[in-house]
Amino acid sequence: MKLIFEKSVPGRRASRTAAGDVPPIGIAPDLLRPSPAPLPELSELDVVRHFTELSRRNFGVDSNFYPLGSCTMKYNPKVAEHIASYPGFADLHPLLPQLRIGGMLTQGALRVLYEMDLLLREITGMAGFTMQPLAGAHGELTGMMIMAAYHRERGNSKTTVLIPDSAHGTNPASAAIAGYEVVSIPSNDHGLMDVEAVRQHLSDEIAGLMLTCPNTLGLFNPQVKEICDLIHGVDGLAYYDGANLNAIVGKARPGDFGFDIVHLNLHKTFATPHGGGGPGAGPVGVKENLLPFLPVSVVVKRGDGTYTLEYDRAKSIGYIAPFYGNFAVVLRAYVYILMLGKEGLRRVAENAVLNANYVKEKLRGHYRSSVDGLCKHECVFSISEEMAQNEVRAIDVAKTLIDRGFHPPTVYFPTTVKEALMIEPTETESKETLDAFIDAMIDIAERAGIEPETLKSAPTTTVVCRPDETVAAKNLNIACLEQKTAAL
Amino acid sequence: MPFIPNTAQQQQQMLAEIGLTMDDLFGDIPEEFRTRQFKLPPALSEQQVRNRLWELAEKNATDLICFLGGGFYDHFIPAAVHAMISRSEFYTSYTPYQPELSQGTLQAIYEYQSMICRLTDMEVANASLYDGGTALYEAMMMALRITGRNKVIIDDSVNPIYRVMMVSYTRNLRIELDQTCCRDGLANRTELLEKIDDKTAAVILQNPNFFGCIDDFSDVADAVHTKGGLLIVSCHPISLGILKTPGAMAADIVTGEGQSLGIPMSFGGPYLGFMASRKQFVRKMPGRVAGQTVDQSGRRAYVLTLQAREQHIRRAKATSNICSNEALCALTALVYLCLLGPEGLRQTAQLCADKASYAYERLTAIPGIRPHFRGKWFFNEFVLDLPSEAADVIAKLIEKGFAAGFPLSRYYDDMANSILICVTEKRTKQEIGMLAEALESVL
Repeated sequence: MKLIFEKSVPGRRASRTAAGDVPPIGIAPDLLRPSPAPLPELSELDVVRHFTELSRRNFGVDSNFYPLGSCTMKYNPKVAEHIASYPGFADLHPLLPQLRIGGMLTQGALRVLYEMDLLLREITGMAGFTMQPLAGAHGELTGMMIMAAYHRERGNSKTTVLIPDSAHGTNPASAAIAGYEVVSIPSNDHGLMDVEAVRQHLSDEIAGLMLTCPNTLGLFNPQVKEICDLIHGVDGLAYYDGANLNAIVGKARPGDFGFDIVHLNLHKTFATPHGGGGPGAGPVGVKENLLPFLPVSVVVKRGDGTYTLEYDRAKSIGYIAPFYGNFAVVLRAYVYILMLGKEGLRRVAENAVLNANYVKEKLRGHYRSSVDGLCKHECVFSISEEMAQNEVRAIDVAKTLIDRGFHPPTVYFPTTVKEALMIEPTETESKETLDAFIDAMIDIAERAGIEPETLKSAPTTTVVCRPDETVAAKNLNIACLEQKTAAL
Repeated sequence: MPFIPNTAQQQQQMLAEIGLTMDDLFGDIPEEFRTRQFKLPPALSEQQVRNRLWELAEKNATDLICFLGGGFYDHFIPAAVHAMISRSEFYTSYTPYQPELSQGTLQAIYEYQSMICRLTDMEVANASLYDGGTALYEAMMMALRITGRNKVIIDDSVNPIYRVMMVSYTRNLRIELDQTCCRDGLANRTELLEKIDDKTAAVILQNPNFFGCIDDFSDVADAVHTKGGLLIVSCHPISLGILKTPGAMAADIVTGEGQSLGIPMSFGGPYLGFMASRKQFVRKMPGRVAGQTVDQSGRRAYVLTLQAREQHIRRAKATSNICSNEALCALTALVYLCLLGPEGLRQTAQLCADKASYAYERLTAIPGIRPHFRGKWFFNEFVLDLPSEAADVIAKLIEKGFAAGFPLSRYYDDMANSILICVTEKRTKQEIGMLAEALESVL
C-alpha cells in the first residue's frame, strides 16, 4: 500500500479554510519559513480512502477475540465514546476553572472527577486519588515520586525499591527514573514473590516495593499482606501495580491487603479504548497518611455542594500533568462504572477469572502450563515438549492463530517463562468465542506434530508476513522526508 | 449484565466442566479480603447514564466566545477527522505488537513521524508522548543522556505549565535547573550567554513563546553548540505553517503540544506530545518508534523498531519508563494535517496571525489599554496591560459571555494587570469587535 505522501497531487486541496475577514499582516521575512511545510496535497476522499484502507489493515477488539495477556483487551462500550463527544465535555477549555468564577462554569466536569475519585476509593480501599497520571507507567512514576516525598519528609535516606522478576518492565524503569535503585526479587517455584526472599532483602535502605497482584502469571499471592507488613517494618511503602485489577475488581481491595499506593489502568479494568497504544489513564490512589503528597491540583467539594480545584498544598509533589489528567478517558471509565454498578463490577472479576480458568483447563495437556492450580484473569502456557522437538516456537503458534482469525496472546512475556504464551480472555468474551479459540489452539498443537513447517510459514492470510525487525533496526527508516507525488 | 455475554447457565456449565465453583475460583484470596460489601451505586441503564451525563455536560460553559489559549487552542476541526479516528479497527486495537495485524496503526505512525519531521524540519521523530509538557521533560532527560552533563537552562518565556512540571520531575534527581528571565518578551540573550558553559547539557526555549512572541534562536543554538550543549525548542505546530522551523534554527530536540492538530480540548486531555530530533541522537530518543522494513516476500512493511532502548527490554536502564504512546491522538494529528495540506496549514497559521494582529490593534485603541511588549512580532497570542487587575476584568467578561484571556499574575509576579489574549482562525472580526466593546464597557 502506498504512503499518503505518494498519493499527493500538486495543487489538490481537501478542506478549505474560511476566508480572512481582517487585513493580512506581513511578519518579518527572516522569522518565516521560506516555503510551506512539505505536506501531501490530497482531496478529502483521498484522505478518507487512505485511512479507511489503513483501518482495514488493523485488528481491534471489535474485529475478533484479542486475548493479549496483561493488556485486558475487553470490549469498549460505545456509550462511552458517545458521551465523550458531548460538546459540553469535548469543547471545554482546561484553563477555564483557573479563571476567577471560571470554576462555576465547569461544575459538570469537576463533578465527574470528584465522583470518580470517590468510586475508585471504594473500589480499591484507598483514601484519595489523583486523576492526573496520563498512562499506567505515568501513574507508576507518580507513585514513586509520592514514595520519595514521603521518605524526604521523614528524613529517611532510602535508596532501593524491591521489584519481582516477573514484573512489567515499566516498574523498574519508573523506579529508576524517580531516582531509585532497583533490586529484582526472583520468583519462587510457584511463580510468586517469596516472603522469605523479601525478608532477606530487607534493610533500612528499602524505600518500598512494587507488586502486581495477581501477578503477570495470573497468580494471586496469598501472602500479600505478610509481604506488605514486612515492608512497613522498615518504614517502606508498598506499591500496588493495578495492571491486573480486573481479576479482583468488586471482590477484594488492594488497600485492604496493606498497599499504600496504587495505580489503576483505566484502559484495562475500566474498558476505555486502547487506541492503538494510547491514550490511557493511570489514576493513583494513596492511603490517608500520603494524601498531602498527591499532585496538584486536587478537586474538592465545598460546603455549599459546589466543586473547586485546590492548589495550595505545601507537601504536594507538584504538577505532573498540564491539567486534570486525560479527562476524556476518565469520563469514559466513569460511564463504564455507572453502567455496571456494584453487582456488575463483581461479575466482571468473576467472569474474567472463570473465562481464564476455562481456557487454562481446556488447553492443559496440549500446551505446557507454567504453574499448576488456579489462575486469576490470565493464564500462561509455553509450548509443549513435542512442539519444541519439532522446533516450533511460541511465535509460530501466535502467527498461526492469526490465520485462524484471532489476535495472538502475548508471547515471550513474562520473561520468567520460556516460550511464553500469555492468554487473557476477559469477561466480555462468550463461551462460544472461547471454544472456537480453544479448538484453534488445540488444532495448532496437533499440527505442530504433523506439519510443523506450515506453522513456521504463517500467517498467509495477512497483507504482510513476519516483517524483518533486524532490517528495520539496521537500515533505520523511520520517516519519509523526500517530497513525493503520485504518478500523473 | 451489560458487556458480559455468558448467561448464568453458561457460567454454571463452564464451572462444571472445569470442576470448580465460583467460590473456588477466588479461594486463593484470603477470606478476610473477599467478604466485603462494596458501597457502590446500582447499575444504570444506558438511557439513564446518557441523561445524567448530558446534564453534567450542560453545566460546563462551552458557549463562551473563546480568547483563552495558553498553549491549548480552540481550532476548527474538519468532520472527516472524527470520522476516520472513529473507525474501531483503530481505536479498539492495542500497541502494534503483532505487525501482521497492525499495519494500519504502524503505517499511520510512520506517516505521523514523517509529518512531524516535515513540520519541524527535523530528521527523526518518535511515535508521540503524553503531552507537550512531559515531552519537554523527556527532551531534557534525553539531552542529559546525550551530553553526560546535568545543567539545564530554561527561559521563563517557556510555558509555565511545563516549567512547573519540570520542577516536579527533577526534584529527586541530580539536575541543576537554572532559569533566565525573558526580556521584552523574548528569550534573554544576555543572561543566556552568561550562563551557558561547558557544563550545560541544554538550553530550553519556546517559539512562539508563552506570550505569543516570535523569536529566532539561531544565535542561541550557535552559543550552546560552541560549548557542546544542545538546544531544545518547544513549538506550536500550527505556527509551523508559516514560521521559521526549529530545524532551520539548528535545534537538536524539538517538542510540542499537538492538541491544536485536530484534537478537541476535552478539559485537559488526552493530548499529544510530539518529539523530533537529529538522526545522530535517535538511539537516545525515548518512546515508541515505527520503522519501515520488508517482510519475508520482500513486501514493504512496518514494525516497532529500536526496542532495545525501551523498558520492556532494558527495564531499569531504559531511556524512559514510557510504555505506550498517544497513538489515537497521533492518528488524529496525521489525518488533520492530511486534510489541511501545505496550503491549508499555511492559511490557518496566517489567519491566526492576521486575526491576532487585528485584535491587538483593535484592543490597544481602547483608552487605558497598553501593549506589554512593544514592537515585537507575535503569532496567535499577545499580552496587554489593563488599567486594573486582569483577573477581575476577565471575571467581569465571563459574565458577558467571553473567555477573554488568561491572567498572567497566576505565573508571573510582576504582571498583575497583564492579560494573555489568544485569537485562532475560528474567531471572526465581529467577535473581536464584540470583545473590544465588552472590554471597554467593564474597564
